[in-house]
Amino acid sequence: MTRLHIDWTACDGRGLCAELLPELLAEDDWGYPMARDGSPSPTVPPALEPNAQRAVDRCPALALHLTREAERPSAPTR
Amino acid sequence: MTSVAEAPTVQRRLLAQTGHGPLPTLDASQVVGLARDAGLTGRGGSGFPLWRKLNAVLVSGRPPTIIANGAEGEPASGKDKALLTYQPHLVLDGLQLIARAARASTAYLYVAQPAAFRAVLGSRRDPIPVTLVTAPDAFVAGEESAVAAAVAGRGAVPADKRFRLPDTGTLVQNVETLAHLALIARYGAGWFRTAGTYDEPGTFLATIGGAVAAPGVVEAGYGVPLGDLITAAGGPTAPLAAVLVGGYHGAWVPADPALPISREALSPYGATPGAGVVTALPLGACGLAETARIAGYLADQSAGQCGPCVNGLPRLATTLADLAAFRARPTLPAEVTRLTHLVTGRGACRHPDGTARLIASAMRAFSADVTAHLNGHCLATHTP
Ligand SMILES: Cc1cc2nc3c(=O)[nH]c(=O)nc-3n(C[C@H](O)[C@H](O)[C@H](O)COP(=O)(O)O)c2cc1C
Ligand code: SF4
Ligand code: SF4
Repeated sequence: MTRLHIDWTACDGRGLCAELLPELLAEDDWGYPMARDGSPSPTVPPALEPNAQRAVDRCPALALHLTREAERPSAPTR
Repeated sequence: MTSVAEAPTVQRRLLAQTGHGPLPTLDASQVVGLARDAGLTGRGGSGFPLWRKLNAVLVSGRPPTIIANGAEGEPASGKDKALLTYQPHLVLDGLQLIARAARASTAYLYVAQPAAFRAVLGSRRDPIPVTLVTAPDAFVAGEESAVAAAVAGRGAVPADKRFRLPDTGTLVQNVETLAHLALIARYGAGWFRTAGTYDEPGTFLATIGGAVAAPGVVEAGYGVPLGDLITAAGGPTAPLAAVLVGGYHGAWVPADPALPISREALSPYGATPGAGVVTALPLGACGLAETARIAGYLADQSAGQCGPCVNGLPRLATTLADLAAFRARPTLPAEVTRLTHLVTGRGACRHPDGTARLIASAMRAFSADVTAHLNGHCLATHTP
């Protein structure tokens, strides 16, 4: 399963990705991307992978990453 | 906060006055096996099994970095400082056990006052040298990726979690977790399990504060009734309105003396034992005002890196301050709920999640107070 991971330390919140990937992302109160499914790292359906890849490539802050399940942080941390 | 309370229910293991004899030498699989059989979980707040993180470090194929985390950034907590003062050797023993098992070339002790440990370290003949690293005085400085950054010589701020730290060869364990491991290595997993509950074995260090006669650090098995902890800290100084369990990232629970302090018993309140902080709120103090104060502190402690945390936490804190100070509007509770969802899971670390958890629990635990404040008065202080 592919997920869209957002590096919040890098994201500058101009909302470009929400424009490029409206199926998955909306903008929050401050312009930061917010997953429509409410999860921190939304699942990317196969049909949307090319669009998601485009958002990853165009993010000016290099804040977006597509991750496969194995890389995904499970939650050992609090 | 570093006094060690005396009371009949106190179970002294980490805080026992006795010496412990030599530390056995264990290989990696023995350490992993012992920690797993004992059911040893992290005492720094996450409650995650030590053996799984250690195993991930061992199989990562990366040069291991083993760090004892004694930052204790939480202002309400004093148990790590107490442990490091009374039993530094147990912490250092646990650190050596893991560093040796992982074949690390150096181990790290991350504490606020490193100079205090030079003499202790000098008195030991540790096979693996220990490097002292200063933990800055900031709430997030003890978060594991901030710890790893500080040890690597960068600022102690949390990093993105695309890769899990143990998979990169770095193991960060709370100092209390390491001290338990040092006892397990000597006395066995079965002995460890004779305290606590079947699902949550062992003892933990609790820092009891607020409206108690003798605030301080108490050791008890998981599942200890809340009332026993309060008694061990000298008993309440006033009838209690509620208790904050798990510290500033914790949750409010009823001041029920029979309530067991365990993950299982606390989960209906959205609480966990966390790092063992228990703070008693007296009747006559306003839980909303206290929560607003903590929320303001936590918003200030955001590491300033992640948009939803930087913007959302101050917004949450001012919304709560408005409620506490009767600058309320009918939509305020819904706004709090929306904001807690907006920040949760949306930062490099779990600081926003913990802050949101605390605030959500206050809105539930003090729901009658919320209604009263919305109508311009306070049930606890009878103001304005
Ligand atoms: C904002 C924040 C602050 C933290 N501060 C501390 C701390 O001061 N000391 C600590 O041991 N763990 C702290 N933690 C938890 C660590 O990230 C980590 O889970 C822990 O050190 C791992 O050790 P353990 O598994 O032995 O508990 C903090 C977590 C967060 C999100
Ligand atoms: S495009 Fe990149 S920097 Fe811009 S809002 Fe999206 S993730 Fe953030
Ligand atoms: S979530 Fe907040 S506290 Fe954590 S790293 Fe980001 S800005 Fe800092």
